[in-house]
Amino acid sequence: MPPTNIKDPNYFHKVVDCQWACPAHTPVPEYIRLIAAGRYSDAYMINWHSNVFPGVLGRTCDRPCEPACRRGRVEEGAKTAQPVAICRLKRVAADNKSDIRDRLPVAPAQKNGKRIALIGAGPASLTVARDLLPLGYTCVLYDQDPGAGGMMRTQIPKFRLPEAVLDEEVNYILGLQPELRLGQRVSSLKAIVDEGYDAIFVGCGAPRGRELEMPGRKEAAANIHIGIDWLASVSFGHTTKIGKRVIVLGGGNTAMDCCRTSRRLGGDEVKVVVRSGFEEMKASPWEKEDAMNEGIPILNFLVPKEFRHDNGTLTGVVFEKVKAEYDAKGRRSLVASGEPDVHIECDDVLVAVGQENAFPWIERDLGIEFDRWDMPKVSATTMQSTNPKIFFGGDAAFGPKNIIWAVAHGHEAAVSIDLHCSGNNVNVRPSPLTNLSSQKMGIHEWSYDNGISPDNRYKVPHAPPEVTLKDVRLEVELGFDVKQAFLEAERCLNCDVQTVFEGPKCIECDACVDICPMDCITFTPNGPERELRQQLTAPSTHPETQDLYLSEALKTGRVMVKDEDLCLHCGLCAERCPTGAWDMQKFLFNTAKAGCHV
Amino acid sequence: MTYLAKPKFHHPALPKNEHGFTHRDYEGSISTLCAGCGHDSISAAIIQACFELNIEPHRLAKLSGIGCSSKTPDYFLGQSHGFNSVHGRMPSVLTGANLANKQLIYLGVSGDGDSASIGLGQFMHCVRRSVNMLYVTENNGVYGLTKGQFSATADRGSTSKAGGTNNDSALDLVGLALQIGATFVARSFSGDKKQLVPLLMAGLSHPGPAFIDVVSPCVAFNNHAGSTKSFEFVRAHNEAVNRLDFMDAREPITVDYEPGTSTEVALHDGSKLRLAKLHGDYDPHNRIAAMNYLQSRAAAGELVTGLIYLDDNPRDMHSMLNTVDVPLNGLGEKELCPGSATLDKINASLR
Repeated sequence: MPPTNIKDPNYFHKVVDCQWACPAHTPVPEYIRLIAAGRYSDAYMINWHSNVFPGVLGRTCDRPCEPACRRGRVEEGAKTAQPVAICRLKRVAADNKSDIRDRLPVAPAQKNGKRIALIGAGPASLTVARDLLPLGYTCVLYDQDPGAGGMMRTQIPKFRLPEAVLDEEVNYILGLQPELRLGQRVSSLKAIVDEGYDAIFVGCGAPRGRELEMPGRKEAAANIHIGIDWLASVSFGHTTKIGKRVIVLGGGNTAMDCCRTSRRLGGDEVKVVVRSGFEEMKASPWEKEDAMNEGIPILNFLVPKEFRHDNGTLTGVVFEKVKAEYDAKGRRSLVASGEPDVHIECDDVLVAVGQENAFPWIERDLGIEFDRWDMPKVSATTMQSTNPKIFFGGDAAFGPKNIIWAVAHGHEAAVSIDLHCSGNNVNVRPSPLTNLSSQKMGIHEWSYDNGISPDNRYKVPHAPPEVTLKDVRLEVELGFDVKQAFLEAERCLNCDVQTVFEGPKCIECDACVDICPMDCITFTPNGPERELRQQLTAPSTHPETQDLYLSEALKTGRVMVKDEDLCLHCGLCAERCPTGAWDMQKFLFNTAKAGCHV
Repeated sequence: MTYLAKPKFHHPALPKNEHGFTHRDYEGSISTLCAGCGHDSISAAIIQACFELNIEPHRLAKLSGIGCSSKTPDYFLGQSHGFNSVHGRMPSVLTGANLANKQLIYLGVSGDGDSASIGLGQFMHCVRRSVNMLYVTENNGVYGLTKGQFSATADRGSTSKAGGTNNDSALDLVGLALQIGATFVARSFSGDKKQLVPLLMAGLSHPGPAFIDVVSPCVAFNNHAGSTKSFEFVRAHNEAVNRLDFMDAREPITVDYEPGTSTEVALHDGSKLRLAKLHGDYDPHNRIAAMNYLQSRAAAGELVTGLIYLDDNPRDMHSMLNTVDVPLNGLGEKELCPGSATLDKINASLR
């Protein structure tokens, strides 16, 4: 196996599991250290530059970083091991920061003359606007709703995301003064194209809730609502109550928002009913937990068959009981269990069985090719469609995902638009900005806290349900206080502080092998990777998760092999190394943003 | 050394031995020796050997004297019995402990100062009396705690870090152990755990006086050009006469040697070590030949390592003294003080 090229920015980036997993590649350990140090504004700004909506995401993010967190692999007992509460620490930075407005960029008075249309004022378009406005671009923001924010405003209930938090972060971007065309539905992309923009970004989301066609749907329509439309109606204050008995159909996060909102609008008996098993539900585990904590049962393996009604008044839903069967390839199918059908009485039904993209407003002769699912063909790296002037991002690009993906798309689209408008090739991407610097302060002193906290994950305190269930706008989660935040931040393993090895300095004394608490380090003759993985001091448990760090040949002809998978980044190898062959060096990685040219 | 305690987290897939322990359960407190000290590698090897031998920690007593080496028992087997004695007096304390309770495993840990200088007499008499123990010297050739003066095992002609040349003859602990009756004699190197761990396992299982001299470079004062106890010198002049392989009873034997080139060493738990010949016709069962071989290779500037001598019929002090099997603390007052009638009987037999 050839020696590891640590100059490749992706090598150490991958070691930082959370940052690698984050679509926007936020430097997570860096801001967690700042939170531990009480530097909330600095922590906030790192987030703001990378993910644009720290206060929003600190409450609503789908947290792809947390399942990736190394802590979940190294804590005692794989079942109880819990990642660092990265998402809720982000909120701590947002909650405790001081006024940061003087740190925000400003749009130059002298514009560069390029005009960009942004269709939809959700997280993707707002990110593009934030990245391009400070560079002198003129951005024109279109949205059908009267306020900017997109699904963050219409679909996420206020008890999860208070309006003030959203307004603050949306206003940071509106402060850069994009031209606003809110409350104006775009019904023809051709009309926009004809306005002569230099580039157009489509970030209109996946605005259509999937329908559930079955007997009784038309007759009982007055009490059957499409989840996302109903949530939007609640958000704007048009809907203020619901029947006492509510059935929510669907097992995703929208279903969880629907059932919890129902509980606050008069639903006393709210049930979630899903086709699949409880474990296979699409909703995040913590959202299911929050719903159940509010007295909402989740019934599984029930497939809806029919809406029952009494002369157009909904009376209930009939379900067929099913069970999961797996074929030889492990594919699941739901088959009738043979048990009698179940009839559940209700006054209202909320249908939250998925969202769809819909582009009836995009004319098919604009040079935008569509695939067989009627989705535009979009490059996953440049976000460019087959019309070089038109870019897509967020749910509009590849179907429903989540806010952090929309932000990541927005950044990449902004880079592309900037390259495109300055006459560069959008496929030649600017490289990320990286920095690797030693953290050594003294013989046993590092500029990071290398002690390993044995604490379990701290729980975010909630307001009591008897209060929160009465007010659909009252936030349930109270957020960590400063003390809890410090303790939770201390659980972070600082995976960005890398173990950097210099072979020529090594005397092969084995001190690092002996001290390593995770048995990560091996000195062995070189061989193919598969063989090396067999020869490690401790078994290689996740070969697909992390790489082996391999030195060049040492004096005895052997190589140093480090399995990056379970390293605690405690720095003991470097502390026990007599020659300084090991050093702890902080690796900072920021993706290139618009304005960076090759 | 480090100020940070070793984190309790360990690799989730670490193998466990018969008692459900991982090798981490055989650790002690964090080492305060210099970073890179060979002694720490020996501690790690002892941890590994005890783990693989399925030793219950409370069945082992670790004893030491004074010096860098004698500090190390604090850094391994934190759950075992221990005694940190006066400089050079560990062998007497170990002999006493062994007389009082022969059912424990005794591990004496010492160094070249503790055993070859101040405690030389103690070392020799303890071996001579055939105390059942494993006696390990962590031999670095210098007095590391007092800034690197030559010790009694420093080779004549080797130089100190400060530049002085050693004019005194070196004392060879392996040669002495062979001469005075050790029934298991080996030499190894802290930088070669593949060799050291099986030797420690065999030594701990040997029912008689076992001695292992482990060359252990002092990274602070004796790891320079001109030293004969440095990593580079030992690696360049190491002549291993044989190799021991541990064979776990649970795993199939994978190492194969040509017939006649290997022998087996049985361990106390029923598992076996296989001894493979690496050097032509070297026979570890011939004590006289072993002594001659050691001398001739030493004259050629080479360091013989491996299992140098093994007596298949070891002696033990207890069998010669005909002592009781029960530890003294397990005997009742009646057995310990049988009364005046018994005393009279004994006195009468001596008249």
